[in-house]
Amino acid sequence: MERTTLLRKMQLIIGVLLFIGMLISLYNVFIMVPTEKKMGIVQRIFYFHVPSAMMSFLAFFTVAGFSIAFLVKRNLWYDRVAVICGEIGVLFTTIALITGSIWARPIWNTYWSWDARLTTFLILWFIYVAYLMLRDYVGEDERGARFAAVFAIIGTLDIPIVYFSIRWWRTLHPSPVIAGGEGSGLHPDMAYTLFFSMIVFVFLFLFLVIARLRVENSRMILAEIKRTHILSSN
Amino acid sequence: MLIFCLLVVVIFSFTFDPGSEYTKEAAPGILWVAFTFSGMLGLNRTFSHEVDTGSIHGILLAPIDRGAIYLGKTIGSFIFMFIVEIFTLPFFIVLFDLNLENHFLQLVTIIFLATIGFVAVGTLFSAMTVHTKTRELMLPILLFPVMIPVILAAVNATGSILNLDEWSKILGWIRILVAFDLAFIVLSYLTFDFVVEE
Repeated sequence: MERTTLLRKMQLIIGVLLFIGMLISLYNVFIMVPTEKKMGIVQRIFYFHVPSAMMSFLAFFTVAGFSIAFLVKRNLWYDRVAVICGEIGVLFTTIALITGSIWARPIWNTYWSWDARLTTFLILWFIYVAYLMLRDYVGEDERGARFAAVFAIIGTLDIPIVYFSIRWWRTLHPSPVIAGGEGSGLHPDMAYTLFFSMIVFVFLFLFLVIARLRVENSRMILAEIKRTHILSSN
Repeated sequence: MLIFCLLVVVIFSFTFDPGSEYTKEAAPGILWVAFTFSGMLGLNRTFSHEVDTGSIHGILLAPIDRGAIYLGKTIGSFIFMFIVEIFTLPFFIVLFDLNLENHFLQLVTIIFLATIGFVAVGTLFSAMTVHTKTRELMLPILLFPVMIPVILAAVNATGSILNLDEWSKILGWIRILVAFDLAFIVLSYLTFDFVVEE
């Protein structure tokens, strides 16, 4: 029961912080920050696009980390966290792909281009959808967890190779604006907005993870109740 | 597997007018679609016989390193797939009216390297998908996204060879193939234990 209350309290605290942060971030993005000179209003989607992309990477690194931890320690909670992060990672990757397309339409004059970063993201999406499907289709809990962990490790190591092979092929994505080369850089207001939005997305990520952990927790408690009930009724 | 592979090549050659200028551009892609599809057919069956008859337990009980089982299975799948590819290649060259001059060995090298990468990961995944409800469907879903670097490198390298490009142009793709092969043979060898344990 302690875990239940702890999770509920954490969700409440993070939820409140997230709500306040989200309001400030929306104010920043839509009212405070200056409009970009060349791209115009559509550039504002950048403050959702970049954090979503970052969060999907964070999610997938967490998946890989917890998968290795699961294979070493064999604690089913590690597997649960990995699956949860996989689900949330797919969600953020989807958001990043869609917002990117919306931005690309007026700027590049096309929704999609076979650029290294775009294509890598698409492959990333496919790999982690496959990861979730594998987890579902194996059925048996422990075996499914093992398979999914092995697949997650292979998938994570595959991503850099995918990226380099596609970069060899062709590339178009704007070069990174943060810590990029010469000529890159953001207006201070923009940098602040992006940074703030990034923090809000981290909170959103944590909020979703805890919400999903609560579901898993309830499921485990339910399974426990079922078991004791069946045992006592016999 | 061989007949299937030949059929894919033949069907694709129907979709283009003979002598059309696009044929040459599409040829590498068609070759590798045929190879990956027929390779998938073979990989699907890598473990299905053992699991269905229960002899997998016997193999696992054998007092040898589990990695050896993985390497054996991989080499077996590799030989099958490579033979199919080598037999398909003459048909492909004839049907698409290609002129390889003295680049034949280079093409075989590319096929050799790409096939290693393909079966290295494919054998590992096959050991997993054999336990899923939808075996034949699950393997391509797992394998294709991971295989992207191999397919991309193989198709582009084949394209360069068919254009009779310089060796240096193909070298970059060969590097990607070798890196992929090495990384995933080692990784699959190490993780195979976790897949087959009971």
